[in-house]
Amino acid sequence: MKPETGIMIEFPLTGSDFEKAGEASSKIKRVLQQIGIRPEIIRRIAISAYEAELNVIIHAFRGVIRANIQPDCTTVSVEDEGPGIPNIELAMKEGYSTAPDHIREMGFGAGMGLPNMARCADEFSIQSKVGEGTQIVMTIRH
Amino acid sequence: MKKYFHSVRLLPDRCKGCVSCIKRCPTEAIRIRSGKAKIIESRCIDCGECIRRCSNHAKSAITDSIEDLSRFRYNIALPAPTLYAQFGADTPIEAILCGLKKLGFDAVFEVARGAEFVSRAIREYLAKGGYCRPAISSACPAVVRLIQVNFPELIDHLVPFAAPVEVAAKLARELARRREGLNPSDIGVWFITPCPAKMTAVRQPLGAEQSHISGAIAISKIYGDLLKSLPTEPADPACPRATHLGVGWAVSGGEASTLAPIHSLVIDEIHRVSEALDQVALGKLKHVDYIEALACAGGCIGGPLTVENRYVAEERMQHRAQGKQPVPVEDEMLEAVYRDVVDDGRLAIEPQPVMRMDDDIYQAISKVEVMEKTLGRLPGLDCGSCGSPSCKALAEDIAQGIASETDCVFKLREKVRDLAQEMVSLAEKLPPSLNK
Ligand code: SF4
Ligand code: SF4
Repeated sequence: MKPETGIMIEFPLTGSDFEKAGEASSKIKRVLQQIGIRPEIIRRIAISAYEAELNVIIHAFRGVIRANIQPDCTTVSVEDEGPGIPNIELAMKEGYSTAPDHIREMGFGAGMGLPNMARCADEFSIQSKVGEGTQIVMTIRH
Repeated sequence: MKKYFHSVRLLPDRCKGCVSCIKRCPTEAIRIRSGKAKIIESRCIDCGECIRRCSNHAKSAITDSIEDLSRFRYNIALPAPTLYAQFGADTPIEAILCGLKKLGFDAVFEVARGAEFVSRAIREYLAKGGYCRPAISSACPAVVRLIQVNFPELIDHLVPFAAPVEVAAKLARELARRREGLNPSDIGVWFITPCPAKMTAVRQPLGAEQSHISGAIAISKIYGDLLKSLPTEPADPACPRATHLGVGWAVSGGEASTLAPIHSLVIDEIHRVSEALDQVALGKLKHVDYIEALACAGGCIGGPLTVENRYVAEERMQHRAQGKQPVPVEDEMLEAVYRDVVDDGRLAIEPQPVMRMDDDIYQAISKVEVMEKTLGRLPGLDCGSCGSPSCKALAEDIAQGIASETDCVFKLREKVRDLAQEMVSLAEKLPPSLNK
């Protein structure tokens, strides 16, 4: 089958907009359920999308999350305009968080974000420029 | 297509086609078609929300009645602990149990006894470790069905034990068979139920191949007769009596309290359960050992087929808990049956992916595309006038070919306006022969 069999859904994200946190990923989850992807796979995609979505809301000014759903795999990508990550290796360590205190007090940003995403995805790539922003691309095979 | 049995039904004569129920249904299982509500059976989880919501009383639950007892030679009543909360705390539980016998039951067996056994099985299960955290209670059939339908990824979290009423039914049957020497086909086992979900679970069991229960009678249906049959003299119901550990399951939090000191979370009311399960699915509640989740606000005492107000019921249960408790009796036969129940009562719960739009993934993807595009054109007011619970659901129905865009009153109006404009402009046109 040709790649255009898939479907792309996209949501804009705004930094610090915690009221909407989780909306994009739950929408993505619903679409995956409607398509009939296996529950275990949906769970991994939903978790990576949720973590990615929250990362943007916690750290960045604005961004966009996209899910490209193909019959055999889903690619979730996020791009943001924000401070960027100075030391990616460090940020990939479990428990490391750069979330400011007031955000941690809300129960977000416990530092599970990036490692959690990497664990859920079959392919994971991250690029970041300090002062400009971050892009993450994750692929999960169905 | 699989046949579903559902206890919750519509009484078409009473239904006015208002949109109260479609908005509250947690699985978006109701549509209004030709002015009447229709339940999409594969999606209904029998939570009874629509029964509570409908001010025209057009939704009801099919249950059995006392007359059905004539089908069996020997009948056992299984009263849900919630039944006790329908009577003031000055009515002893013994009196309620004897009252049931006066109504025609040959024996009674408290569901609370079953609950005590299930508590023990869960405690052992959690102590062994190695389960999917957080473990989720399987006692409320509406919650189990919600998981099958909307959260199939959480099925492994459900504890693999049958609900207390099933365990009680099995125990009661075995006791009758062994002690009274009865033929299993002569024994009728009747659950006195607070909810339609349990009724559905009897006809369409969750996990276990066949239910040990013959039927279910609504508390609200039996209440009047029972009230009149309560003995005035103290009497002995002659049955194994439960302590408050089992009786307490009627109120939300009662089950979890029997599992202490584990770290548990108690959630009641089906929409809140749904919200919490969303969080579990995101892996956010991993530190919790156990989740007690009940579809009704307040727990089973808030069940749709009860009589007494939930808060009154709760207060009465507190009162009963403080009262004198029966001394638990060791019963060898029950112990032996209990082991069987735990060992072979393992539940294998299947997912029911009713959300999927098509069995073929390519078809499903193209339907989702149609749905997304359609949704973009709908007004997003979620008014429900089209008969679907939200614009999103209408878009889904359109993609499935069971609704059309002009079902939306706003879309219809747009169309009428466009047509009207076209008519005006057509009317202004004259045939060339007349055009000067
Ligand atoms: S019983 Fe619950 S799930 Fe079934 S139609 Fe009514 S509200 Fe929906
Ligand atoms: S909480 Fe109790 S009464 Fe309500 S649906 Fe669940 S089992 Fe039935």
